[in-house]
Amino acid sequence: MTEIVPTIAKTKGAVSTKAETITKTTVPKKRPTLTIILGLVAVLWMVPAIGLFVTSFRSTTDAQTTGWWVALLHPFQAAWTFSNYTNAFTGAGGAGTGTSLGSEFLNSIAVAIPATVLPIMFAAFAAYAFTFLEFKGKEFFFAVIVGLLVVPVQIALIPVLQVYKAVTAATGIQITGTYPAAWIVHSAFALPLCIFILRNYMSTLPNALIEAARVDGASHFQIFWRLVMPMSVPALASFAIFQFLWVWNDFLVAYIFLGNGAPVLQQGLLSLLGQYGQGWNLVAAGAFIVLVVPLIVFLSLQRFFVRGLTAGSVK
Amino acid sequence: MQILSVFISVVGGLAVSFLIYLGLNFIVSKTNTRWNARLLPYVFLGPVLLLIAVFLIVPTVLTVYQSLLKTDQYGLQSFGGLTNYVSLFTTGSFLQTLLNNLLWIIVVPALTVIVGLAVATLADRMGPKREKTFKSIIFLPMAISAIAASSIWKFVYYYSAPGQPQVGLLNGIWTGLTHAQPVSWLLNDTAHLNSFLLMVVVIWLNAGYAMVLLSAAIKAVPEETIEAARIDGANERQAFFRVIAPQIRTTIVAVFITVLITVMKLFDIVFAMTNGQFNTNVLGMEFYNQFFSFNNPGKASAVVVILILAVVPVIVYQVRTYREQEALR
Repeated sequence: MTEIVPTIAKTKGAVSTKAETITKTTVPKKRPTLTIILGLVAVLWMVPAIGLFVTSFRSTTDAQTTGWWVALLHPFQAAWTFSNYTNAFTGAGGAGTGTSLGSEFLNSIAVAIPATVLPIMFAAFAAYAFTFLEFKGKEFFFAVIVGLLVVPVQIALIPVLQVYKAVTAATGIQITGTYPAAWIVHSAFALPLCIFILRNYMSTLPNALIEAARVDGASHFQIFWRLVMPMSVPALASFAIFQFLWVWNDFLVAYIFLGNGAPVLQQGLLSLLGQYGQGWNLVAAGAFIVLVVPLIVFLSLQRFFVRGLTAGSVK
Repeated sequence: MQILSVFISVVGGLAVSFLIYLGLNFIVSKTNTRWNARLLPYVFLGPVLLLIAVFLIVPTVLTVYQSLLKTDQYGLQSFGGLTNYVSLFTTGSFLQTLLNNLLWIIVVPALTVIVGLAVATLADRMGPKREKTFKSIIFLPMAISAIAASSIWKFVYYYSAPGQPQVGLLNGIWTGLTHAQPVSWLLNDTAHLNSFLLMVVVIWLNAGYAMVLLSAAIKAVPEETIEAARIDGANERQAFFRVIAPQIRTTIVAVFITVLITVMKLFDIVFAMTNGQFNTNVLGMEFYNQFFSFNNPGKASAVVVILILAVVPVIVYQVRTYREQEALR
């Protein structure tokens, strides 16, 4: 089972030293050809994004009349501008859903932060119970959670939406279109994976430590907050990165449960994309506004990200 | 103003959830020791079980039930047995959708694994610094949303009428090299060309994930086994296929399955790039269309049930592997 889902590595030290010895001793000759091959792959990988990035700084006329590569070849004849970004961000130029990417940016933040923290808190409690507490049906519950790991999100969307609507009809309280509607759905769907990862991690913590704390009279609640949570920080951190990126990048759940009530960035970008006839430059700027947060998260936390992916899944 | 309301709902939402646990724990701590030990697991587990039951298990049952309801022309629902399934499986377009989906789940996981494996193997033989740079570049798209990726690639495939300047990269290259007419790539379903172009986007997004996992697996292969093979006269290729590949088999299977599941529920990319038109439809998209465009929740549910049925073997495999590993513990 560890196969599918990454748990968290202890150290990577041994691995990297081995990589160095391999490169030093066995195959030093092959490097130039290898570098060229991989360099080509890397260029191939980057070019689509570079094209859109260049376009995001071009004027509408330029973007419609010449390819972006022309602007790169003749950088001084092209009209460079930053106005695409300001237009997309403020919603000027009749673009997008009617609101601006700026306000959608706030919606995305309001959805993503709780939808990251809540499932982790819920899952951490559950993982603690699965690891350190004895109760009836433990095995059964955990097997159910493992099975749910691969159930696609579509399964729940229609009934949940209908229940939300029924509640609104009965009580008059508007649920869809509010942030909590999305938090709960995002959290519920993140739970199986998060519980699984955290439980795998917690089962590597020394049991003796927890028993010692019990003997000293600490309650499970105290042990959870003072001992287990601090010791689980690596696992918590790498799952937090994943969950944040997933929620930030999600379109379907946000679209169904928030819709036009509080459109998120992805929805804004999609409606820009529907109007690319007005010029790709605006779409391009929008795409990079949507990209910037995950990119920062990714680049600054890449180490934890990779560690969370690889560890435990390897064997 | 919006900033303030965002701040209040975020902090409020987090506080309420935390207080639930605090309150539950407080109540249980008032009971005597025996009851405390018995109840506490359910304090820790309760909210989670509730959420999973309400948002995953009950909706699954409801979806199955709903797939048996038919919707008449007035939008009213009544019990229809297998009507939805029959009407789905007797429409040519749905059979095409199934065929497309089949193509996706064969091609995309396989190619993702192959690309990931190739890059991992090649990068493994470079200096650590170059290795890191190349891997980061391939890995980078993982941070990108499907909608952003769709924007990037829709621009690559963009078509302008003949005579117009081609601003899409692919048509730029195509018309530049062949002086032929530009091709409307995403409309062209000859030999599923447009579907394959959409698959490229998904592979572009997921290859980095495959590469990272496979690279870690390759590095975990004991050096001695490879050395021994070399001493016995194996060349690079034999060493890879006979020694390394068998040892990383489980990782390959794991990556394959994860990508497979991603592909099964795929929706955003098709939605953003072709809206499922021109014979590029997939199940995830069909579900969306049935529910939102055709206002037919029964048929939409039937599509999801078909999706779940296709995933069942994977679920069984998951639970079984988990059981086996638990037995070894």
